[in-house]
Amino acid sequence: MKRFIAAIAAAGVLYSFAASAQTYPVKSIVMIVPFAAGGPTDIIARFVGDHMSRTLGQQVVIENVVGAGGTTGITRAATSPPDGYTIMMGHMGTHGAAPALYPGLKYDPTAVEAVGMAASTPILIVAKKDFPARDLKEFIAYAKANAGKINQAHAGIGAVSQITCALLNSQLGINPTAVPYSGTGPALNDLMSGQIDYMCDQIVNLVEQIKAGNIRAFGIASPARSPALPDVPTTIEGGLPEYQVQAWNAVFAPHGTPKDIVARLNDALGKALADDVTRNRLLGLGAVLPGKAEQTSEALAAFVKAEVARWNAALLKR
Amino acid sequence: MSDLLANLYLGFGVALSLKNLGLCFVGCMVGTLIGVLPGVGPIATIAMLLPITFGIDPTGALIMLAGIYYGAQYGGSTTSILVNIPGEATSVVTCLDGHQMARQGRAGVALGIAAIGSFFAGCVSTIFIAAIGVPLSKVAQLFGPAEYFSLMVMGLVFATVLARGSVLKAICMILLGLLFATVGTDLVTGQERLTLGIQDLSDGIDFAPMAMGMFGFAEIIKNLENVETRDVVQQKIGRLMPNLEEYKQSAWPIIRGTVVGGILGILPGNGAVLGPFASYTLEKKLAKDPSRFGKGAIEGVAGPESANNAGAQTAFIPLLTLGIPPNAVMALMVGAMTIHGIVPGPQVMTKNPELFWGMVASMWVGNAMLVIINLPLIGMWVSLLKVPYRLMFPAIGIFCCIGIYSINNSVNDVVSTAAFSIFGYALVKFGFEPAPMLLGFVLGKLMEEKLRQAMILSRGSFMTFVERPLSAALLAVALIMLIVAVLPSIRAKRDVVFVED
Repeated sequence: MKRFIAAIAAAGVLYSFAASAQTYPVKSIVMIVPFAAGGPTDIIARFVGDHMSRTLGQQVVIENVVGAGGTTGITRAATSPPDGYTIMMGHMGTHGAAPALYPGLKYDPTAVEAVGMAASTPILIVAKKDFPARDLKEFIAYAKANAGKINQAHAGIGAVSQITCALLNSQLGINPTAVPYSGTGPALNDLMSGQIDYMCDQIVNLVEQIKAGNIRAFGIASPARSPALPDVPTTIEGGLPEYQVQAWNAVFAPHGTPKDIVARLNDALGKALADDVTRNRLLGLGAVLPGKAEQTSEALAAFVKAEVARWNAALLKR
Repeated sequence: MSDLLANLYLGFGVALSLKNLGLCFVGCMVGTLIGVLPGVGPIATIAMLLPITFGIDPTGALIMLAGIYYGAQYGGSTTSILVNIPGEATSVVTCLDGHQMARQGRAGVALGIAAIGSFFAGCVSTIFIAAIGVPLSKVAQLFGPAEYFSLMVMGLVFATVLARGSVLKAICMILLGLLFATVGTDLVTGQERLTLGIQDLSDGIDFAPMAMGMFGFAEIIKNLENVETRDVVQQKIGRLMPNLEEYKQSAWPIIRGTVVGGILGILPGNGAVLGPFASYTLEKKLAKDPSRFGKGAIEGVAGPESANNAGAQTAFIPLLTLGIPPNAVMALMVGAMTIHGIVPGPQVMTKNPELFWGMVASMWVGNAMLVIINLPLIGMWVSLLKVPYRLMFPAIGIFCCIGIYSINNSVNDVVSTAAFSIFGYALVKFGFEPAPMLLGFVLGKLMEEKLRQAMILSRGSFMTFVERPLSAALLAVALIMLIVAVLPSIRAKRDVVFVED
């Protein structure tokens, strides 16, 4: 009996220490990915989580909770106990555009604890292969002249392809016919068969089709060309410098997670991004990794504020 | 031709290495298990196993993951036949006649013909992929939103044929299924529709809770009604393997099912779900005595099971040759390839020939393994039916609940299964059948999406469906089939009217 009481007492002590950074983590950590397994955000989460597990000494388990443009999963993660055992991989949509898209959003992207930036994937403007334009300038001219005739595809409300193209359209001042698909695959299929004129999406989804000549890329919305597609000019080179957008992915923890735990997680994330194997895996996706200064929690928190403001301005205008 | 042989030689060289054989076996075994366990589907399993594949080379990893996928199609028929629970949309049709066969003590025969049909379909479609996969992938490009919508309309007409009883009731059920499919977030505006403010409904109703509730649980409640018929399934076991007569009856359905399922499997947007329904319809229409269907006709198991497996394999064609995933499982395979540094696209075949041909060859190897795994298991599965029903039904209930919970880690899914089982039971009591409703539900979402895409593209003109030749042809077939299906019942009613006069 004595032993039993001692065991209970020990368990209680252990529990009370569980939330402190010295012992954290004592059990596996669940990282909620708000999108389906196999998508770009999921893959980035798995690469990063794999290395974070080694640094933290506990498994980082990826749990995919899909729905409503990623907000279902983030809602669940954001309302979990802030003990560091439930964290989330948020992205440009869930922690940037969501407040503009979902009026009844049950979490505040600027209120959750920012852990750190993981990786971004550049956005490309692509068109069907016989689109009557040779470069971005001609594309813009044609799109403006034929705004009523051309069709733009996206992978559903809240998808990266939808919000980034909405930004493009608002910058160009055009309002083309937007055709919604459930996912990038079917949208790409109709772009390849020529029913759709253009779309915007992450490089990883498009790179092989561009290389094969099934679709054409008019510009990459990043400051520098991508090593994966050295022939595709940036939007700055192409004459649309204001169109700079990347699908970023970053780790967050529920509001109220102790600062020291956030720091441990940020440290583990930083080590993952410094690891050569993880780096190369991410770069293989065409991803862009944050520099040292962008890796801090503070930098991410400031970035999220700016993103929410940016997307509110771009998406609520019309 | 010599190219093909050289490529296959390369492929078998890869697939028959000891390590890949092992991985293929593990995949098939896991696939069979998750197929048998209701609720646990290939998507959840492959997602769970993704991190494990980090340490394996990409070819081996994909061979294993592919094995899980088509292995699950084999295993899925087991629960459909034994306990009337379809784990996936593609095994709904197998329930219709498969479970009736089990009730007649022919569970072993049903399971046997399902395995053999699947094996045949698997082999043929593997050859299909190897020989004409590339030209076939062009077919996918012919299907725009309009064509797809017309194909789905044709699919809905199949549903009227699925009904065992009244055509009118079947049409009501299809419409109800379509209505259920409209629950969720509107594709174009992002508004929530018919969700009653419930967050979990914002992406619509899930297939698994609906199918399990309406088939499995409703069946259990029905069985519990009276003591006598409760033990129907286990009273006699009968033969384990089909006899010559049954092989003869099944031969053509298997071949036709393979062709139908294989062709539909290539289409983007999960055309494979139509395969088993189409095959069942075809068999029922071709049968000399269609009234046997729904009462344990072996053709109703052999055809759809072959179609199901053929579709599962040809679904790899758009993935491997175009880099475009036709369904959720294939999208996951894209992820698996990407994780291993291979971005799927049209060049996979030339850039990674050992991966492409290794996978093709492994599919054949995997199908052979599945037959070897499954045939001896039939005896074991059938002997499960000897378990007294008072022990069996709680066990089925628990397994189903665990399975449903595991799909989304959501308690609400279990609750909605309970709601659907009560609804399903009520429907059975009033003589409505769940199968047409499920087909309506499965097709509903796709149909709405494609209809709206087509209408947006045509700027609101319905003519797009008849102006595009392929779409017009599909609609014409649908119309003819509808007339064929409805005419006899109209005529029959007339006869009744005349008699009463």
